[in-house]
This record gives sequence, structure tokens and C-alpha cells, in this order.
Amino acid sequence: MLNIKGLKVKLEEEDKQILKGVDLEVGAGQVHAIMGPNGSGKSTLSYVLSGRDGYEVTEGEASLDGVDLLDMDPEERAAEGLFLAFQYPVEIPGVGNMTFLRTAYNAQRKARGEEEASAAEFLKIVREKAKDLKIDAEMLKRPVNVGFSGGEKKRNEILQMAVLEPKMCILDETDSGLDVDAMKLVSDGVNALRSEGRSFLVITHYQRLLDHITPDVVHIMANGRIVKSGGPELALEVEKNGYADLMDEVQ
Amino acid sequence: MALAQAKSDATEARLSGLTIPEGGAAWAREARHDALNRLQGMGLPYRRDEYWRFTNPAEFLTQETPRAEIALDAPGFEGTEVLRVVFTDGVFDAEASDALEQDGLEIERFSEAVTKDIHWVKGLLGVLETAGQNRVDRPLAIFNTAFAEDGLVLRATGKVGKPVHVEYRRSNETAEAVLRHMVRVEDGAELTLLESGVGASRLNTGMEVDIADNGAFHHVRMQGRDHERRAATHVFARLGQESTFKSFTLSLNGMMTRNEVIITLKGDDAVAHVAGAALGDGRDFHHDDTVFVTHDAVNCESRQVFKKVLRNGATGVFQGKILVEPDAQKTDGYQISQSLLLDEDANFLAKPELEIYADDVQCSHGSTSGAIDETALFYLKSRGIPEDKAQDLLVLAFVAEALAEIEDEELAETLREQLAGWLERRR
Repeated sequence: MLNIKGLKVKLEEEDKQILKGVDLEVGAGQVHAIMGPNGSGKSTLSYVLSGRDGYEVTEGEASLDGVDLLDMDPEERAAEGLFLAFQYPVEIPGVGNMTFLRTAYNAQRKARGEEEASAAEFLKIVREKAKDLKIDAEMLKRPVNVGFSGGEKKRNEILQMAVLEPKMCILDETDSGLDVDAMKLVSDGVNALRSEGRSFLVITHYQRLLDHITPDVVHIMANGRIVKSGGPELALEVEKNGYADLMDEVQ
Repeated sequence: MALAQAKSDATEARLSGLTIPEGGAAWAREARHDALNRLQGMGLPYRRDEYWRFTNPAEFLTQETPRAEIALDAPGFEGTEVLRVVFTDGVFDAEASDALEQDGLEIERFSEAVTKDIHWVKGLLGVLETAGQNRVDRPLAIFNTAFAEDGLVLRATGKVGKPVHVEYRRSNETAEAVLRHMVRVEDGAELTLLESGVGASRLNTGMEVDIADNGAFHHVRMQGRDHERRAATHVFARLGQESTFKSFTLSLNGMMTRNEVIITLKGDDAVAHVAGAALGDGRDFHHDDTVFVTHDAVNCESRQVFKKVLRNGATGVFQGKILVEPDAQKTDGYQISQSLLLDEDANFLAKPELEIYADDVQCSHGSTSGAIDETALFYLKSRGIPEDKAQDLLVLAFVAEALAEIEDEELAETLREQLAGWLERRR
């Protein structure tokens, strides 16, 4: 599914190396978690994979099912099946949530040579998925993320994921700003999407999200590298002892 | 002195070949002669005039009408049931128009109204235009009063069921048109006026709108796609107690457009909204909105909302003023002008003004220029929306606040579609 080899990335504007050789392989149907202290490069990895401006790949490669991601525009990566759930979902005044969703849905279908959905067909698809995430019709009518609470914004990200049905989902600190109930709702949404053909890369600071979304593999990222990988118990270890012990051990 | 001389020479040169329309009732002749006298005294606009610093009036003043290619697919208001009135090359086109009949409405040609000795237009022609010269010279409006021969005269006496749609057509490349519309909305009456079409290679329209107490006037206008034409338009409105005036203009291209709206809130609790969206592409696009709102009564509300999307050297101008007279307490005045500059070549020039003599008022104004929001653009692209389409969505979102000023949802949707279609075609 997702293959990252020796990925080195610096900021475009300044000479600052953020990723210093990341290797990662996420197999089909797997859930991998990346944990790590602030500034370790977790979010940068998610941005580089989704194609955000401002970063320069100096070495290495990243591919999705054998297709090189790094040469593609963000919209092409999305059509290939890559999805990033943002840590800070963007507010777009004036663009209706429903219009946004349908434009995205049909653009991806078009890019893949599939037939676009009519307004009525699409409404049916969205309504069903929105219901599971407790997103009401009012939220669908409002402009994208405008006036949404932190929890609503994150639920809206998961709704987009459910509608677009990507094969590789990256969740960038989706748990930040969520209370216990919202975390449960979001996690249930993610778990419902787990399938053999769909993989997840869950980026988080805390172990608590992984109580809800059980990972197959946990990676610890520090200083631009993955320094340790293991099973779910690794996350518990971090929760108990913090990153400091682990860093000493690695060094 | 040399400046004044240059101005009067230019005025004389422009007016030398023109004669004011003959015939008509005595009052109409008087109004026209009075206008000509005022125009000769004031002079035509000059680049150094305070309100023409951002827009070069030269193209309005050449003796020869500039040539302008005829656009074939001028947008209209298809899908809306209307009373259609067509002017071709500035002259009423009976064949293309519906019968001038409508419940709750008296409707006739301006050219006929001015021949009648007794007519309500007598008390209005040139009156609002003259009052509208307060603090700012508007010579092109006086020009209109002096030289307009045709147009529409509308008097709403009840709630008029369907909108009157004035459609401007053009059959030759050097048509010059000067049209005058007169509108009176009686107590409790309601009227919607739509305007669209190419009109002329050089178009000068003037409109005086008198809204009685509790009356409501809605005005929605589409300009554009007839890129090469020049247009100078003036709307003068006077609002009675608890009356409403709402005007919206969508402009899609046009190498020279000057739209002036001059509103006086005369009765207490009146509401006036004037808004517009203009999209321009190319160095030869110039669009100017010049608005003047006078609050002269208690507890009135006014809003000015203007959005311009500019690229490839296009220029947008906004000059907006709110004047609050000493007795106009509890005034609520709002003004916003914003531009979205899609590249570094585009220009937006804004001159917001407030002049306030009452002490218990709430007035705000703002003007911004900005580029497209890169974070929002990335967010849309990350969901699979191609860059050009993502940009269109953000452009539509940018003008949404102005479009929201249109009360009738169906009309707003028509304009939104025109806009979206235009964006798509530009690619």
C-alpha cells in the first residue's frame, strides 16, 4: 500500500532539515500509528505525503500501490486514493459544505474516468454517512467548517473520508481538541471504515486515541526519523514512561 | 485657469455636434435646457476632477463613438417570468417587447411621457439628478437629463407581480445610446426592475427612482460579456418613510464601466442596500463603482457591499461615501469594498468616505485587497478538486456576501450561474 523509503525533507524557504530519512511500509488493511514528541516531524510527513507547498524532498521516495506520489499534485494524489484528515480543518466561508463534498466527490470520479453522481444521488450517499457521524442537515448546509466546534470539524473530516472512500487515510492528530464523547464518535467513524483494502496512518501525541482505534503497528518518531517500531504495547509504554526514557534507550 | 480653460474647451467640443431633443411638453423642454445650461457651467469630467482620478473619462467624451464589437451571447434572465422591454441601439423596440401592460403598474415610453402636458414625471425629471450633485459633480448624469430621448417610465401602484426586464440590444458597432428611466413606487407598492444586455458601444443610462412611504424597489442588473462597450450609468433614488431600495449589479468584463448610485434616505426607518460584484480579466478591463448615500432621516439603515475579482492587469475602483446629516440620528451605515487579486498585475483603488454630522449614529466602513487563500486552496485540492476549479469555488465564495444582498433567491441563483459559467469559460 504505502511505501516510504529514505525520505528526507527540508523547508523550501530555509535550510532546515525536518525529515532525515524516514522508512515506513503500511500494508493493505493495516493501521499504523506514529507517535512522537513535538517537532519530531510527524505533521510534516503528513503534509509532504499529501503534497502541500513549502517543503522540498531532497532524497527518498514515497509511493501508493506502486504509484510515485511525490511528483503528483495534491488533487492527483487524492484521486489515487490518498486522504489527509487535517489537524486544523480549514474554514472556507462562502462555500457550502455540501457543494464542497459533491465537487470533490465528482472531481475524483472524473479523474478516475467514472461517472459523476447527480445531486439527488449524492444527497442520498451523504445523508446516510452523515447520520452515523451524528452530522445533521444543518451542518451540511453551512459553509465548510465555518462556526463548527472543534468536534464538529473533526467529524466533518471523517465524513469527507467516508464519502470519498480513499484507500490510504492519514489522520493528523485527529484527537486534538476532542472531548471523550467526540473522540468515541470519531473513532467509531474510523473503525467503521476499516477494511481489507483500506489502510490508516494515525498520527497522535497520546495513547488514548489508540484505545479506540487499535493499531497493528506503532512507530515512534523523533528528530525526523522513526526510531522504534513495535506492537500496540509500545504506545502503552510511552504513555507510562514518556518519550525521554525511550530516547535514552535509542541513543 | 489653464485647467478650467482646457475643461471648457473639451466640453464645448463634445457638445458642439449635439442638440437636445426637440418637441416635448414645455416642462420637458425646460428640464432639458436647464440641464444643458448646468452642464455648460460645470463642464464635462476631467482627469483631474477629484472623483475621476481613478477612472479616465476620455472615452466618454470623444465626439466619435468608439467602435465596439457586438457580443452575441449577452446574458439575460432566462427562467424568470418577466415583462420584457427591449431597447435596440437605444430605441424602444416594440416588436421585440411585450405589450406594455401589467397589473399594478403604469408603464410607458419616456419619449411619450415627455410630450404630455400633465404627467407625474414633470415633478421628478432632473429633480433627483440635480439634488444628487451635492458635494460631487456628476456631469454625465446631467448630460443624460439633457440628451436622453427614450427610456421607460414606470409607476407602481401595487405589488407588481412579475419583474420588468429591460433588455438592451445592439445592432451596429458604433451605436450610441442615451436612455432615461423614471420610476415612482407609490405608498405600499413594490416593483422589481431587471436590466441586462449590451445596449450600445457607448451607453449612458440615467434613472430617477422615487419611492413613497412603505414602497419597495428592487433592482438587479447584469452587465457584461459585451467587453468592448463603454457604459456610464447613474441611479438616483429618494426613499420615503419605511421604504426599501435594493440594487445589485453583476459585471462580467467590460473595458470601461462607471456605475454611480446616489441615494437619499428622506423618510424615517428607510432601508437602502446597494451591492455589486465585478469580475475582470485583462489590462483593458476597468470597472468603477461610485456610490453616495445620504442619511437625512431618523433610524435609517444603509449598506454598501462591493466585491471585485481582478486578474491580468484588470483595474477595479470603488468610491463610496456615507453622509449623515445633523438630524439623521440612529443611523446605521455600513460599507465594505473588497478585492480579490488573482495575480500581482491587478489593481484595486478604493476611496471610502464618511461624513457625519449627527452624534447618535453607527457607521462602519472597510476596504481590503487580498490574494487567494493558499491554505483553503490546498484544503480543496487535497480533496481531489483540481486547482482551477478550487480557485473558482473560492472566487464564488468571495463574492457570495455581495450576492447575498439580492433578496429574491431565484434571481440570486441566476446570477450565481452566470458567474460560474463565466469562470468556466475563462479557463
